[in-house]
Amino acid sequence: MLVMAALTPATAYGFYLFGWPSIFLFIITLGSAFLIEVACLAIARRSISTFAFDGSAMVTAWLLAVSLPPWAPWWIAVLGSAVAIILGKHVYGGLGQNIFNPAMVARVVLLISFPLEMTTFVQPVPLFSEAAPSFMDGLSIVFGFTNIDAMSSASVLDSLKAGIGQGATVNETLSDDYAPVRWMVGTMVGSMGEGAALLLMIGGLVLIFMRIITWYIPVSMLLSLAIIATLFNLIDGRTYPDVMVHLFAGATFLTAFFIATDPVTSPMSPKGQLFFGAALGILLYILRTWSVYPEAASFAVLLMNAVTPVIDRYLRPRIFGRDSKGDPLRMS
Amino acid sequence: MEIFNIHGGAKLDGRKSLTADQKIQDIPLPGVLHVPLQQHIGVPAEAIVHTGDHVLKGQLIAVNDSPVSAPIHAPTSGTIERIGDHPAPHPSGLPVLTVTLIPDGKDEWAELPPALDVDTASQEEIANRVSEAGIVGMGGATFPSAIKLNLGQRYDLETLVINGAECEPYLTCDDRLMQERSERAVLGVQAMMKALGVKKGLIAIEANKPKAIQAMKEACADFSNIDVVDVPARYPMGSEKHLVQALTGKETPAKGLTADLGVVVHNVATAFAVYEAVYLGIPLIKRVVTVSGKAIAKPANYDAPIGTPLEYLVELSGGLRVQPQQLLMGGPMMGQPLPDLNVPVIKGSAALLALVGDEIRNKAVMPCIGCGSCVIVCPAGLLPLDMASRIQHDDVTGADDIGVRDCVSCGSCNYVCPSHIPLVQYFNYAKGHLKERDIETKNQERMKTLTERRKAREERNQRLLEEKYAAREREKTLAASSGTQT
Repeated sequence: MLVMAALTPATAYGFYLFGWPSIFLFIITLGSAFLIEVACLAIARRSISTFAFDGSAMVTAWLLAVSLPPWAPWWIAVLGSAVAIILGKHVYGGLGQNIFNPAMVARVVLLISFPLEMTTFVQPVPLFSEAAPSFMDGLSIVFGFTNIDAMSSASVLDSLKAGIGQGATVNETLSDDYAPVRWMVGTMVGSMGEGAALLLMIGGLVLIFMRIITWYIPVSMLLSLAIIATLFNLIDGRTYPDVMVHLFAGATFLTAFFIATDPVTSPMSPKGQLFFGAALGILLYILRTWSVYPEAASFAVLLMNAVTPVIDRYLRPRIFGRDSKGDPLRMS
Repeated sequence: MEIFNIHGGAKLDGRKSLTADQKIQDIPLPGVLHVPLQQHIGVPAEAIVHTGDHVLKGQLIAVNDSPVSAPIHAPTSGTIERIGDHPAPHPSGLPVLTVTLIPDGKDEWAELPPALDVDTASQEEIANRVSEAGIVGMGGATFPSAIKLNLGQRYDLETLVINGAECEPYLTCDDRLMQERSERAVLGVQAMMKALGVKKGLIAIEANKPKAIQAMKEACADFSNIDVVDVPARYPMGSEKHLVQALTGKETPAKGLTADLGVVVHNVATAFAVYEAVYLGIPLIKRVVTVSGKAIAKPANYDAPIGTPLEYLVELSGGLRVQPQQLLMGGPMMGQPLPDLNVPVIKGSAALLALVGDEIRNKAVMPCIGCGSCVIVCPAGLLPLDMASRIQHDDVTGADDIGVRDCVSCGSCNYVCPSHIPLVQYFNYAKGHLKERDIETKNQERMKTLTERRKAREERNQRLLEEKYAAREREKTLAASSGTQT
């Protein structure tokens, strides 16, 4: 699947930044997802040879893996895969039938159930650098024999939330952390694959040019997010961080190009997709700014997934020879 | 000239090179011709010859006594061997009444009607000649052409568009015809413009046929009122309403005709047939057929008499190289699948395709993942995936609500579907189902009104009877009382 190829650069970069633990976590997530997929197909008496290799479970697991904290323990990965494949997909009837993005279902379940593990982020320690954990250290971290609390650190959006919550201004909270360029290349605290905004964008653009996804959702989402962020920043720059923070300091690009564009759970018509993207951008801003969860992308996506059938019902293309209400065109 | 965008559509792999350089060949007469009596949309023609009769080439053998129908002529001279059911490439797939003719090899002409002088002939004369020649839309729709030439009586027409788009892959019959018979085709166009009473003629050809465009431009040089327009090679450019949209920027209203916009569209092969009928008196008894596909040893373009068995055309093409996986009459997008080669060439047969391996899609159908590719290509502005899922769940009414009847069956959705779902087959099924249901409802309503009328009639009779009875009773009592008085 080309989606995976497009995700590879950002993921590989994530491996480089977060070292062996992230590589093991990735392998565990994909491996367990594959086994669970096969088991589900067997239980549902579907052709394993046809469906197990359609790539959909792998894409789901990949997206889940890159949105996990890079040094999360192994059972988070396995549990996440199970939730994604079983509750996210097969209970609805398998491929193409689910309402919610399976990877995001899993992430939200994990986030709510295990808030500690899901928000224990670390500073990037590039592979082959001195501070990087060795192969064995990596295994030890993933399988929970090493306590990583000492190394933990808050993500940009997290610390921002905490700072503003305590009455500090955006500038005070971010001070040294404000580094859009660093965010764009991804050397920041956060999930494994969400950081490298530029690499994600390149992957996303490749998908658009290959016609695997359309531009409607990414463009409308990024635009609406940028507009609303700029607007609030202009109104009160002390409380509301600027547009760079919103675009580059979280999972915005991963969401825009790879998660919100999941064909199964997004609207079918171009009009619907434009609306979906724009609403998602606004929702993402609202949740980030005023909800308890600073990393709001997964909630925003799930909420938009929920209204997708309604969008599909009302935003239809105009039929040839008919007006938008469906009546035949009148001759003037 | 400005060319407007059409909504949706797909860029197809043309695969025309197999036959693009193959000149139209005359063929030796086959040993037998099967001429179906229904080769057009509408009512079948009725045979006026009998088994054992000897007929001449061009002789009328079946007549149309209904307005939407077309007569049939003998493609060559010979003896009628049989009139009975024979498999035909008709959408129903059922055998139709067919005249089987054994050619005598003399190819002897019957007496043909005299040539018409286009300059002096009236509009009706030309349209009648087209009707008598049995000409139908040769792009595949096979609608009787004369009806579309009479539209000037009911509509305010300005333009005749000649459809030389030939947007289906593999097909080169119109391409070759425009290259080799351009002058005659243009004369046909002129006759049709006369019949319609329009001032302007546009010959639209997809830009992937530069030689045809060149030839037609040269042939039109002397006609200031006919222009050749190259339109982008984008499927389904040859769809009548979409071609008109590309040329005028206007959309034909749903359930309406392009004539509502002052435009009538005819196929370029039809224009050539009109030339033969008007200038030479020759009825429609043969047509250009592309025989192509990788299973065919030597793909070619033939000028084949109507009724020629497809087997014979394959034989002429060197036979089958390999066993074909799919046989089609017409193009791969909208063509009619054939069970075997035991069917004849008819007036609407643009091509016989014998396809193998990578030419067809035989990949497993996967579930719809809602990617919306079909929505983007649908030239009718529909939601194919939504309609298909409704039809799969037996909700044909639901599919009707969201416009399945506006589907033009172009098959663009099938072409782009990454899950290989046979979308258009679902829509064709639904359209057939809805049509049947309409007929049923109409019949039921008719029955209802008839029953109601009968009931009313009976009640009236009963009332009359009662009144009569009462009157008689009154008379009786009156008579009785008067009797007692006297």
